[in-house]
Amino acid sequence: MLRFECPCCGPRDHDEFRYGGDASVRRPAHDDPDPEAWYAYVYVRKNPAGLHREFWQHVTGCRQWLVVERDTRTHVISTVTFARASQA
Amino acid sequence: MNAQNKRMPKGGRVDRSHSIEFSFDGEGLAGYRGDTLASALLANGVTLVGRSFKYHRPRGILSAGPEEPNALVTLGTGGRREPNLPATTLELGAGMAAESQNRWPSLAFDVQSANGLFAPFLSAGFYYKTFMGPTRRSWKVYEHFIRRAAGLGRAGTEPDPDRYEVRHAFADVAIIGAGPAGLSAARAAAAAGARVVLIEQDFLLGGQLLAERSDGAAASWLSRVEAELNSFETVTLMKRTSAFGIYDGNVIGLVEQRNQDCPPYSGQARQTVTMLRARSLVFATGAIERPMVFPNNDLPGVMLASAARIYLNRFAVLPGRKIIVATTNDGAWRTAFDLAVAGAEVTVVDLRTTIPPALVVEATRLGVTVRTATRILNLRGGHSVKRATLKGPDGQFEAACDLVCMSGGWSPTVHLASHLGVKPRYREDIGGFVPGVFPANQFGAGAMMGIYATADTNEDGHRAGIEAASFCGKSAPVPAPSKLDLGETVPALLRDFPCAQGGKAFVDFQMDVTTKDIELAHREGYESIEHLKRYTTLGMGTDQGKTSNFPGLSAMAALRGATIPETGTTTFRPPFTPVAIGALAGRATGHHFKPFRRTPMHDWHLANGAEMLEVGLWMRPWFYRQSGADVSEAYVAEMRNVRRAAGLMDISTLGKIDVQGPDAATFLDRIYANGFAKLQVGRARYGVMLRDDGIVFDDGTTTRLAESRFFMTTSTAKAADVLSRLEFLLDTAWPELRVAVSSVSDEWAAMSIAGPESRAILAAAFPSLDVSNEALPHMGSYEGEWRGRALRILRLSYSGERAYEIYVGATAGEQLWSSLLEAGRPLDLKPYGVEALGALRVEKGHVAGPEIDGRTTLDDLGLGRMVGKRSGFVGDVLRRRPALLAHDRQRLVGLECMEDGKRLRGGSVLFRPDEKATGHGRGRVTSVTFSPERDRYVGLALLAGDLATEGSEVVAVYPMKAETVRARIVSPIFLDPQGERLHG
Repeated sequence: MLRFECPCCGPRDHDEFRYGGDASVRRPAHDDPDPEAWYAYVYVRKNPAGLHREFWQHVTGCRQWLVVERDTRTHVISTVTFARASQA
Repeated sequence: MNAQNKRMPKGGRVDRSHSIEFSFDGEGLAGYRGDTLASALLANGVTLVGRSFKYHRPRGILSAGPEEPNALVTLGTGGRREPNLPATTLELGAGMAAESQNRWPSLAFDVQSANGLFAPFLSAGFYYKTFMGPTRRSWKVYEHFIRRAAGLGRAGTEPDPDRYEVRHAFADVAIIGAGPAGLSAARAAAAAGARVVLIEQDFLLGGQLLAERSDGAAASWLSRVEAELNSFETVTLMKRTSAFGIYDGNVIGLVEQRNQDCPPYSGQARQTVTMLRARSLVFATGAIERPMVFPNNDLPGVMLASAARIYLNRFAVLPGRKIIVATTNDGAWRTAFDLAVAGAEVTVVDLRTTIPPALVVEATRLGVTVRTATRILNLRGGHSVKRATLKGPDGQFEAACDLVCMSGGWSPTVHLASHLGVKPRYREDIGGFVPGVFPANQFGAGAMMGIYATADTNEDGHRAGIEAASFCGKSAPVPAPSKLDLGETVPALLRDFPCAQGGKAFVDFQMDVTTKDIELAHREGYESIEHLKRYTTLGMGTDQGKTSNFPGLSAMAALRGATIPETGTTTFRPPFTPVAIGALAGRATGHHFKPFRRTPMHDWHLANGAEMLEVGLWMRPWFYRQSGADVSEAYVAEMRNVRRAAGLMDISTLGKIDVQGPDAATFLDRIYANGFAKLQVGRARYGVMLRDDGIVFDDGTTTRLAESRFFMTTSTAKAADVLSRLEFLLDTAWPELRVAVSSVSDEWAAMSIAGPESRAILAAAFPSLDVSNEALPHMGSYEGEWRGRALRILRLSYSGERAYEIYVGATAGEQLWSSLLEAGRPLDLKPYGVEALGALRVEKGHVAGPEIDGRTTLDDLGLGRMVGKRSGFVGDVLRRRPALLAHDRQRLVGLECMEDGKRLRGGSVLFRPDEKATGHGRGRVTSVTFSPERDRYVGLALLAGDLATEGSEVVAVYPMKAETVRARIVSPIFLDPQGERLHG
């Protein structure tokens, strides 16, 4: 029963969110023609025991995509930020 | 059998003025309010209550709590039938009808037990050896017998008529367990100012205090503290409530049983699941006594020493007259003393050589015989224990008995505390596992931390309560702990080593695991405690090995010559006690299982003979009764009407997304595989989206309403996924694009009018609208108003006919729908359902969900030419991976049934006519319909590229109905390949 501190809506149950994958991988530019870059982005993942950056969307709330830092060993969530802010 | 002949004339916590009738295996019996089913059975002298899992051995009542492995019963009949309930936790209720389990034909005479037929098959590792080894085939022979022989109770098969609830609750401090530690913690935390929830699985508070005499110091302490807790408005007492799991964020899963005084038909939920979120959590879960391991230790009449004391002092039941109390520690002596005071003839058999003198003095005073350095070698008896063989310093001797109480020490109940990953740690001084290091918001108190004497337990609970409240910022001054000293001596413990000569010595009673099974596992190399568990099924029963865990790992440690910490313990996982699926589901059953989405025209459909179909969450008209008697008749009639005149279809379920902003065209150009930047204002375009891996994601149309504003539709199924994906790309990948997307799915009612007469009907319905081919061409659009509501018309076709999608503000949907039908009546406009819609698109060769199945590429679906030389869109790079371009990949073809009177079926496997029809074949049929156009069944299929030559033949095999039919490969467009019907 994780709980996220949504920067827009406040603390909410994880039922309201949708997991969106690893936020530590960098998406290639939309017109990057390199198959290796796209392969790495789509398929290659680390599986850290510890801090993990991941995307979550507040689907039944503000619909913002968020970057959540979660410890995979304890499920303790250290930060929740807007994905837009973290990409800038 | 005399009614309640084992009941003491006075004492206990049962209400003798309130008799309760119940039945066991059809025999009418009576107990009192305050009894459990187990105590009422014992009061009536019933000691044989079940048969064991594998060997069908007679079993009685071992314990007095949720750790019970033996006394499992089935309650109720029909839909209320519930198996595997421990009689020791069932509050006796009027009319309770309990059945014993796992016996045939009767509990007293069980065939399988009588001939012992299956015993050789059922040793440790039986299942592994059977499934994995050369004997795998023999499973087919034995399965029938094994399944019948080795099983617990059977569940009901009818729908459960009872109601269940799920709710959420919140607390500052949650305390699990209302024994002396939990009660003291609750009192302290409440006094400190915290909102407290105290959870107790029993219907009485007190825990181990209920084992004390009901008129002594413990009883008065208990009623004083309970009254004190009741005086706090901030304290919630939850009795009859089991904590079954601890989850992230200090969320405790609780299941509460309905009070037995409340009749089953009162409408009150039978069970209520509460997900309780607590800021801090105190585990005061106590400890569970360990059985001793010796031959025939599973005979009815062998009981945990603490349980015997509970039956005597709480329920006023004296379960035996000639009693042996076998122990390794001080605790069981108290049982011996109380039984002696109650009038039984008691012998204490202690494994230890040195006994605290005070105990010996008291034993002498009460006439209890004491045998030190003595153990039980074997027991005998049929359905109940009769004789014991004992071995002491002076050799072997026999003793008659009708009850054996045993205590191999205590195991702190660390299960719940371990659920979040707190590793148990072994404490040599108490000979048991206690929780390791708790996170900051969790605390342990009392016996579960290895603190056993009541005086110490109270103080420890008091401390934990203060600390837990303080964690929540509640630190008001707290009065001193309410003291209670029962003068227990801390149990100096001698570890019991199993003795297993001359009969089966059980380690796990419920799973029928004996010392021999553990020896076998050790011999075959399954030494790790986790392997031992899986190889022997030790601890895998519904009791989760509450009584067997320690004896099992202790036996393995002895065999390996290792210490207990070296051997370790298994991982404890939820649920601590079984929870009915019905309770977890709560009210989310039947029509409440998920939400239903209804379109604005829903009521019209129901009122006009529509047969509805669930499509995801949506309810859609499947077909209309006026069109035919059943679906296969109706959809063909509806199709014919669309092709001949016109049909009206509710398409409100399509996903609708408003896309706007200066960069909207650039954005669409990236997310669609085909280009949108050059789309003219007022025109619509069919578009296909790919996933990043190059597989087709969804299709739909997008209309350019203005230079920087677009209206996108998606498939019904992918509406939510597409929106979320667009938002993802804008938020994470391309934040520089100035685009906003928002769902307008529920804002619009949508309907499609299709057929040769559609234009004339449109003109009749909207007299001021110019519907000419010049003003509203194929892929053209119109924006306006209808009766003050927004109106949007797109000339788009899914069916292959001239067609218009008409969108109107949702609240006017039904009005416009009716008014269109009215205008179209002279031209034979009729509604049609999703079956006909699907059939029309198959005939036209449009792909949909069955073809866009998450595995197909644009080229597979024949859509590759839409892309041309474009690049830079989502999925572009990875769609060109060599494997996705392979020549023999399955690709879309049309199929035409070649045999009269036969049909194609969706899901059929395709083979070459000259090959044997086994295995996965060369492809499969994805969609089929009867085609009025071709007067035969036609279908779409995905077929290996090297076979997909138009004009050649395949065989479609449908093993579910043992059907085989020949089909010809044709173009997937069965109708109007030039598109003349659309454009005219």
